[in-house]
Amino acid sequence: MRDEGGLTRLLTASFDDIATRWIDEQTAEGVGRADLIPVDETRAQSRELLSALLRAMEAGGGDGPMADVAFDEVRDVLARIAEARIDRGVTPTEMAWFMHSLKPALFATIRSGDAPIEAALDEVMMAGRVVDRMAIHAMDSYVEKRETVIERQRAEMNEVSAPVVKLWDRIVTVPLIGTLDSWRAQTVMENLLEAIVAREAEVAIIDITGVGTVDTMVAQHLLKTAAAVRLMGAECVICGVSPKIAQTVVHLGVDLPNVVTRIDLESGLDYAFRKIGLKVVERDRDRERQRALRRS
Amino acid sequence: MAEPIGAAIVTIDGCVTVAVRDDLDDQAVLRLQDRLMEEVARRSAKGVIIDISGLEVVDTFAGRMLGAMAEMSRLLDARTIVVGMRPAVAMTLVDLGMTLDEVETALNADKAMALIADEPGLRSHRR
Repeated sequence: MRDEGGLTRLLTASFDDIATRWIDEQTAEGVGRADLIPVDETRAQSRELLSALLRAMEAGGGDGPMADVAFDEVRDVLARIAEARIDRGVTPTEMAWFMHSLKPALFATIRSGDAPIEAALDEVMMAGRVVDRMAIHAMDSYVEKRETVIERQRAEMNEVSAPVVKLWDRIVTVPLIGTLDSWRAQTVMENLLEAIVAREAEVAIIDITGVGTVDTMVAQHLLKTAAAVRLMGAECVICGVSPKIAQTVVHLGVDLPNVVTRIDLESGLDYAFRKIGLKVVERDRDRERQRALRRS
Repeated sequence: MAEPIGAAIVTIDGCVTVAVRDDLDDQAVLRLQDRLMEEVARRSAKGVIIDISGLEVVDTFAGRMLGAMAEMSRLLDARTIVVGMRPAVAMTLVDLGMTLDEVETALNADKAMALIADEPGLRSHRR
């Protein structure tokens, strides 16, 4: 639909009116979120977007696609507004209403003008389409940014929840927390094997104390990891086996033939020390004291 | 000793060591096997250390060859230890279901030699 210039004239002539009405509409819909975004900022954002829209109309954007070069600035402004709002916790619904509440503001202004009914209706339809396009684009940006945040958080969570720690010379451990899906299990295995090479570890302790349930799939992953560790020349101990896990594993009929298991990290460490030929001995404090006395 | 085997065999402290390269074809591998066992017998070696850190891929043929070499050296009263397996290789082998139970492994040649020095001679099970 070609813009006969009505919307452009409207925006030029009644910019302040439209801006004010829009902000009032936002508040009326309850999407102002003055608790998250200061009122001044909302006002500034709304006016900035309207200016960009006016320039887009002047450039002949009309109700064409948002990808059009005329809307470059509009897209920029929308992206910035979306990002600022997401970061502060504005919901998608509120974001959508932020955009859509521009419509009643535009319609009211058209109505209070003196254009003949036909022209006025054309302007209304035009305004409606333009706002709809902007709103959809805003939602697209919004969703895209949310997904980036989620992806980043997922990566961070994975990093944090399965770090490989060097417990002692030649002993590494990885404490598993939470659920273990195939993707995580693969990551854990890779990290563990790389760490064994990097630390020249002879024993790897996989601590499953923090793993809620052990089903067949988890058991298979643990088995694979233990086998890979052994192939690389290190010993593998799985500790944190609770009575419940022991029952589950046996009832599931999962075979864990060559896998060393222990109840907790302490017993796992004890096993590891013995494997590498170390022993923990109590200090002889009397001898230490005497030696210190002799030296002084 | 007519054809070159493309890998250097070095004997240190009674251990015959060789680093295997990725570009050996099946025939070369078999020749390597021959040379290794000859060396074990000649030096009355107590151990064979095969460094596979140069291998990005270990297929079923290579896996079987390693197992075969372990058994051969056992018959010659030496212990075979495979070292330097890359994490990616270990994961692939496990995925293929090849656990290579009959082959001893260690992280590197140092650890392998320490193992052989501790307990030389016949070993019928891995652990």
